[in-house]
Amino acid sequence: MTALVLLEIEHGEVRQASRSAVAAASRFGDVDVIVLGEGAEAAARLPGVRNVLSAASLTHDLAEPAAALLAAHTSGYSHVVAAASAGGKNILPRLAGLLDVQPIPEVVEIKDENTFVRPIYAGNALATVRSSDTIKVLTIRGSSFDPVSKEGGSATIQTLNAPATEDFSRFVRVELSKSDRPELESARVVVSGGKGMKDAEHFKLLEPLADKLGAAIGASRAAVDSGFAPNEMQVGQTGKIVAPELYIALGLSGAIQHLAGMKDSRVIVAINMDPEAPIFRVADYGIVGDLFTILPELEKAL
Amino acid sequence: MTMKVLVPVKRVVDYNVKVRVAADGSGVETQGVKMSMNPFDEIAIEEAVRLREKGAATEVVAVSIGVQASQDTLRTALAMGADRAILIRTNETLEPLAVAGLLKIIVEREAPGLVCMGKQAIDDDMNATGQILAAKLGWPQGTFASAVTIADGRAEIAREIDGGTEVISLALPAVVTADLRLNEPRYASLPNIMKARKKPLETLDAADLGVDLAPRLTIVSVAEPAERKEGVKLNSAAELVEKLKTEAKVI
Ligand SMILES: Cc1cc2nc3c(=O)[nH]c(=O)nc-3n(C[C@H](O)[C@H](O)[C@H](O)COP(=O)(O)OP(=O)(O)OC[C@H]3O[C@@H](n4cnc5c(N)ncnc54)[C@H](O)[C@@H]3O)c2cc1C
Ligand SMILES: Nc1ncnc2c1ncn2[C@@H]1O[C@H](COP(=O)(O)O)[C@@H](O)[C@H]1O
Repeated sequence: MTALVLLEIEHGEVRQASRSAVAAASRFGDVDVIVLGEGAEAAARLPGVRNVLSAASLTHDLAEPAAALLAAHTSGYSHVVAAASAGGKNILPRLAGLLDVQPIPEVVEIKDENTFVRPIYAGNALATVRSSDTIKVLTIRGSSFDPVSKEGGSATIQTLNAPATEDFSRFVRVELSKSDRPELESARVVVSGGKGMKDAEHFKLLEPLADKLGAAIGASRAAVDSGFAPNEMQVGQTGKIVAPELYIALGLSGAIQHLAGMKDSRVIVAINMDPEAPIFRVADYGIVGDLFTILPELEKAL
Repeated sequence: MTMKVLVPVKRVVDYNVKVRVAADGSGVETQGVKMSMNPFDEIAIEEAVRLREKGAATEVVAVSIGVQASQDTLRTALAMGADRAILIRTNETLEPLAVAGLLKIIVEREAPGLVCMGKQAIDDDMNATGQILAAKLGWPQGTFASAVTIADGRAEIAREIDGGTEVISLALPAVVTADLRLNEPRYASLPNIMKARKKPLETLDAADLGVDLAPRLTIVSVAEPAERKEGVKLNSAAELVEKLKTEAKVI
């Protein structure tokens, strides 16, 4: 059996979640990878990769040409795998539609080549499902598979002629937020603020704490909706899924949908003035009190 | 110019309910549990109704695939402003692949200029039906939309992506899937709920539409996730730092 992994490249490097996808795919046998746009060389250095399919002419990861290209190259593969990132979740189900197979999203455990575990109902249940499709199309949760390292392999690179992008879907522009902080999904520590941070100005108080801990900053949906933080910081069922060593939640109630994105963190700390807040039910350490008094004390104690 | 918007809406366990796994591990308990329209589908309906209100669309048709009670979900869609509704009745739990197959039949019949749907159903958390439908139709897709503008036969879509926001432009007809921040859905007012009762609701049988509905995934088991063990409450930040250093050893 051979798996084909769709990789995502960022700043010339293979994203960590994609390296987790390679690790997961290696469970199925040989691994080839496909890169849309630049980045074939970085992909070829991943350990355990046999062959890199490089479609350098596809500069934007629009789903239509990407899925069409993948569909044209699935023969001989038993599995097509990608990270359950915004990109993977956009392209792989479309590929599944083209192949007429049922995709298997957000896999957190591989039981065997046909059997997978995935969370349903915002992670309140774990379903084990067995696929009868001849090609399995799956996205995997980065936080559930240790990534392969960046270096060590020397795969061959094969150039693909990408289909001409049709005018029916066009890239217009992208606004990426710049940050020197670690990426949310790969950070060792995440400091998250909720609606209790009061406003965008006060939300910034999380920065010195994050600086001290080398942490990424996350947010609840309410904090994002209120304009305290940009959408890509949202953690939860419909945001990023994180599982850092340490997750510190401040002024965040811990709704089911938020817990879905962070309850697999190793150590959880909650600071909230409401002793009944559900976040305390998953927290290893909790402090009941006003975060605006506790936050400066915490910074000082560190 | 006329443009119809088709909005698929799913009846799901209400987002406030913390579901429980059935004792026999076959699924989750749904007996006596509050059911509602999938939150993302409320957003999709709202967007479609706004497009009509702005004059960019002429008709909003809601469609739901599910048990007879999915009628209630469709009535909610009608009360929010949809013009008519179609129920595709089935007692089976269908996968996105089969749902997309059925929706394709309705799209071919109704010829909408836009299919506006939720990005994800909060029960199966698949996030797949819109993409599969777009593939089957050979239409472009705008997933995870946080803004939709229709002009000159195209849709400009702002999409929530991992690093920020991306804007794409799609030729119509297209499939759009709604993210949370696309809009804030309205509440159906009492008069509108009354009016919705008189709006047309057609019922079809899924089995009659000639679509292969057989599941490709077999559910082996459904289990509760591991519980986290009870934590402790501390009195000060200093105590917390101490615990993080010596007990949890994370800093
Ligand atoms: C379909 C769907 C998907 C969703 N997806 C997500 C998701 O991905 N991520 C997500 O986060 N949410 C999501 N939500 C929203 C979720 O249901 C909650 O509404 C949201 O998480 C609440 O955010 P919050 O905890 O910041 O706000 P609140 O629930 O308002 O909590 C604020 C907390 O701050 C505390 N507080 C206030 N002031 C202080 C102070 N001075 N000191 C200490 N504590 C203080 C309060 O006690 C309270 O507990 C989703 C909802 C739906 C319907
Ligand atoms: N049974 C259904 N009836 C109507 N629409 C559905 C159904 N299942 C899924 N959908 C639509 O597809 C979207 C994504 O669902 P899913 O792919 O299951 O996460 C939902 O938000 C709905 O708009």
